[in-house]
Amino acid sequence: MTNVVEVQGLSRQFGTTKALDAVDFRATEGLVHGLVGVNGAGKTTLIKHLLGLLRPTSGTVRVLGLDPVRDPVNVLRRVGYLSEQREMPEWMRIDELLRYTQAYYPSWDMRYARELLDTFGLDAKKKVGGLSQGMRAQTGLVLAVAHRPQVLILDEPSSGLDAVVRQDILDAIVRTVADEGRTVIFSSHLLDEVERMSDRVTMIHQGKIALDGMRDDVCGAHHVTQLRFAERLDRLPPLDGVLTASGGARSWSVVHAGPVERLRDAAGSVGGEISESRNATLEEIFVARVGRGAPRAEAA
Amino acid sequence: MDIKINLADGVPLYRQIVNQVRYMVASGVLEAGEELPPIRTLALQLKVTPNTIVKAYGELEAAGVVRKRHGSGTFVSDAGPSRLATRERRRIIEERIDALLAEARHLGISLDELFKSIQRRHALLAENTPADKASGEE
Repeated sequence: MTNVVEVQGLSRQFGTTKALDAVDFRATEGLVHGLVGVNGAGKTTLIKHLLGLLRPTSGTVRVLGLDPVRDPVNVLRRVGYLSEQREMPEWMRIDELLRYTQAYYPSWDMRYARELLDTFGLDAKKKVGGLSQGMRAQTGLVLAVAHRPQVLILDEPSSGLDAVVRQDILDAIVRTVADEGRTVIFSSHLLDEVERMSDRVTMIHQGKIALDGMRDDVCGAHHVTQLRFAERLDRLPPLDGVLTASGGARSWSVVHAGPVERLRDAAGSVGGEISESRNATLEEIFVARVGRGAPRAEAA
Repeated sequence: MDIKINLADGVPLYRQIVNQVRYMVASGVLEAGEELPPIRTLALQLKVTPNTIVKAYGELEAAGVVRKRHGSGTFVSDAGPSRLATRERRRIIEERIDALLAEARHLGISLDELFKSIQRRHALLAENTPADKASGEE
């Protein structure tokens, strides 16, 4: 499969702060890519590099084979973007805004834009300034997809929205990838949404990639396992692959990376055995990897 | 098609779909030759990526539960519906048995005790079942 986005060794410094530190990231044609990380982890900074809005301190960024800083016109024509701020000219009516945006995109599909407005129940004569949060997001979404972009990039699209509008956004993601060859990259702090809606997951922590892989592989490589010990333990001895542990005395619950067999052997050597094990959810992996008390982020 | 996705299970999403389709085939909710929803439709309904549905349908096809017809869609396999259902019924119940055996081992219950326990429960449930239903079992 083709990589439509290719980021290699990307670092970005703001003053003395390293916002991105040697980041490798790729997006594959036809897949939905979820970016997760706490606020300030570097998700938005990475996205801004994909759009050519920021120049790398070092490293390379390619979108559809092009450098977005050197060739912004040809990149932006083929990319759709919805930012968290959803900034739009307040004084324009929606239909004016559509015509205005159309001018920038040779592939603009006005019928599709009107169709989406209808689906969302948006009145094209309304001024942007008078729209609710949800309506702004819906309008922003129409602007992001009406030129049928090859790559759709959504930065925290669900933030501050009610369940109904969130559904509209998820539907737009499905429709975009269901059209052959189109690719979606979206960042979100809603981990259940990312788990449902991503084929590939990238976790960013303190400017570095903490975890990256196909969702099913990432979730399949982490388990939540219950351990029982013959003796009471005040604290769990360090076990190979264990990220976090809770519980006490004879029964402990751990989130661990790697095969269950490995944990079984490790636990066995200190008098423990596994009573139950299942795949971890993305949220459990996230908390175990980057939450408080998690071990330092490592490239995986 | 009524499929429920549960993230808390820790079961991969495509497998949840596979398991529920298999269950519907086994229980006769889905009949031989019946068409499954198109990939895009089911993805929109379940709020999962189209690739998740592709993976699920691929697995169901590999297992012989469904068949893809060129240019049309995905259909429940009609290679002897009753045979398919029998096989699925056995597979589902064996999964439950495996889980039961694992639990029994943990609790230190012998196979013999487990058998007796199953018979005792069965007798108890039969007692509480209306006579007309129970007689149908004979």
